[in-house]
Amino acid sequence: MKPAIANPRTSRENKTGDWRSFKPIVHNENCIKCGTCASYCPEGCISGVDKKNIQEREFPKIDYDYCKGCGICANECPKKTIEMVQEEK
Amino acid sequence: MKKTVEVSIAIAEAVKNCEPDVVACYPITPSTHIAETLAKFYADGELKSFIATESEFASISAICGASAAGGRAFSATSSQGLALMHEVVYAAAGMRLPIVMVVGNRALSAPLNIWCDQQDSVAERDSGWIQLYCESAQEGVDTAIQAFKIAESTMLPVMVCVDGFYLTHTVEQVEVPTVEEVRKFLPKFQPKVKLDPENPISMGEYATPEYYQGFREDVHRDQLAAKSRIVEVDKEFEQMFGRSHGGLAQGYRIEDADYVFAGMGSVIGNAKEVVDELRAKGKKVGVLKIRSLRPFPGEEVRKLLEGKKHVAIFEKSYSLGSFAPVYADVINSLYPLRKRPFVSSFIGGLGGKDVPTKTVHEVFKMIKKREPLEIWI
Amino acid sequence: MEEYFASGHTACAGCGMPITVRHALNVLGKDVIVVNATSCLEIVSSAYPRSAWGVPYIHSLFENSGAIAAGAVASLRAQGNEHTKVVVFAGDGSTYDIGFGVLSGMLERNDDVLYICYDNEAYMNTGNQRSGSTPFGAATTTSPAGKVRHGKMQWKKPIAEIIAAHQIPYVATASIGYMADFENKVRKAKDMKGARFILALAPCVTGWNYDSAKTIEIAKLAVDTGLWMLYEIEDGKFKVSYKPQQFKPVADYLKMQARFKHLSEEQIKTIQEHMNKAWAEVKQ
Repeated sequence: MKPAIANPRTSRENKTGDWRSFKPIVHNENCIKCGTCASYCPEGCISGVDKKNIQEREFPKIDYDYCKGCGICANECPKKTIEMVQEEK
Repeated sequence: MKKTVEVSIAIAEAVKNCEPDVVACYPITPSTHIAETLAKFYADGELKSFIATESEFASISAICGASAAGGRAFSATSSQGLALMHEVVYAAAGMRLPIVMVVGNRALSAPLNIWCDQQDSVAERDSGWIQLYCESAQEGVDTAIQAFKIAESTMLPVMVCVDGFYLTHTVEQVEVPTVEEVRKFLPKFQPKVKLDPENPISMGEYATPEYYQGFREDVHRDQLAAKSRIVEVDKEFEQMFGRSHGGLAQGYRIEDADYVFAGMGSVIGNAKEVVDELRAKGKKVGVLKIRSLRPFPGEEVRKLLEGKKHVAIFEKSYSLGSFAPVYADVINSLYPLRKRPFVSSFIGGLGGKDVPTKTVHEVFKMIKKREPLEIWI
Repeated sequence: MEEYFASGHTACAGCGMPITVRHALNVLGKDVIVVNATSCLEIVSSAYPRSAWGVPYIHSLFENSGAIAAGAVASLRAQGNEHTKVVVFAGDGSTYDIGFGVLSGMLERNDDVLYICYDNEAYMNTGNQRSGSTPFGAATTTSPAGKVRHGKMQWKKPIAEIIAAHQIPYVATASIGYMADFENKVRKAKDMKGARFILALAPCVTGWNYDSAKTIEIAKLAVDTGLWMLYEIEDGKFKVSYKPQQFKPVADYLKMQARFKHLSEEQIKTIQEHMNKAWAEVKQ
């Protein structure tokens, strides 16, 4: 018997990063580590900046393997420090 | 312990003694009394849960959810209710959920009719469910218990079909195994796959063309493999309770018979009575009881009917515009034989039209002809 | 954030739905079973052999998630598990329309299920057909803007009120544009017993037709224009969660989305008046 079930989080085998036309680049110099970008990312591919302990927070790390380039992070950043840059190819 | 009780009540008690985790029912004639009896058990604290759903579609959905979450689950329905469940019937088999459902066989609208025939469950025969048709009240009670064991070891849902009114509403003397007796026969439900936060799998995935066919074929192969399990469980039941109901298919006085009456369900009782009368007059006649419509016991049927002169397949359903369904399955199983008996199709009893022993006698007379017939009686 | 909904899912770039789910699951934690109706969410997250879900998950059919959930929770409790929570994620198609009867049954029985409807206001999974949730004037493929009829000519079904009329313990509306409010409502509902319902506005880039970067902005604007009221109905008591000091004009919201681009000034005025009336009737 082979039921149609799947193991957890196996979607990560599907790298959706190749969907994008625009790539978000974080300019750390103005980043206040508020975590808004990580919170709103539909892919959940921004990490480092949303740690509960503010002291431990890092600048946003975007996993470009999955980022679809929607631009929400750039649009919502209160410091407007994320730039959407057109992909080369 | 033998008791004289309405069969629906006995079946409900047997189910209760299987200690299901979730029962979800919606009332529909003629299976309503099963739902009502289970509701009373629940009210008396003898059943873990009873969901009084707002439709049959919700009942079968609820027991699918219950089974997926690792519980033993049951429902009962008939006719329009089963038709309404159609979408979920297919989903349950496709998702390999070992749920059990008693169907009080009743005609399908339109026209509206509340009486017995087998169109409702026969219409679901392509779904992947195991379907067992009961001849007697006792068989209904026993098969309901066997069904859980078959389902849980094959991971295929099981439909236990009992003729509406003839088997749901008659009052008979039956033996209902107790909880303790059932516990010895039926082990606790231990699913290999279930919804569990400790092991968070995803069930009910969607399958693209590359994968889908494989899953369907799987269900089919597992149905075929279930044949031996159905026979095994019936034998195990016989060892424990002293009663067997024929496994997949069973002959009655068939070995040296020339003329055979074949069918499913309560009509078999009448047929056996007629065969005894005719045998007393020296006629070489017999009965073929088909118990499992799915998986269909093609090999067994072929062995039992080989060498017969003429076989009458009597059934209470039809595939309008083509052939009677059981007839078609039997013809198909006889196809490999070099010498085949005449096989005739008799359709009757639809919508509760009476099929007394007189009718069975007439069928035996008609099949003296050396040509196949199709007769609506 | 705990990731119970992983990357690699195939939702459109900028989709409001995964944002809704990520935040809800972050509040709910791992001791849940998710029941998901056929929907965009199900299709983008559970294509065999992969799954985006990090919690136990079941998809059955389009219209029966309320009943599947009812059976699942009864099963857990019958097996002695009193702690695992059963949560439904369903779109507006399943909730407002085809699964409405099944949902009503679940509510009437007060089954111990938290039902979260992510509302993108049409049958988006099949390409943007109108649902009972589609707002007045919106163009969809089955309510297109034509020469005689200009988008959906019926008002949005007042689903939260209908659900509240079943007298369940908790009903709330939410928007991913007001995320803290949404999370608080999920947190509150999480610890209650009985049937609970949260309606979360989840904008759809493809169907509503707007720049994908604006999803949160539009979800916020829906609230700020008064078109999407944030409220709770707890044990029958109605309470507004947030009333903007000054409503922005509805035109600000409508003009951002191409699904409304065919609307005349007259029709926009009708929508503005309808919204004004709805707020005037609120006794707070």
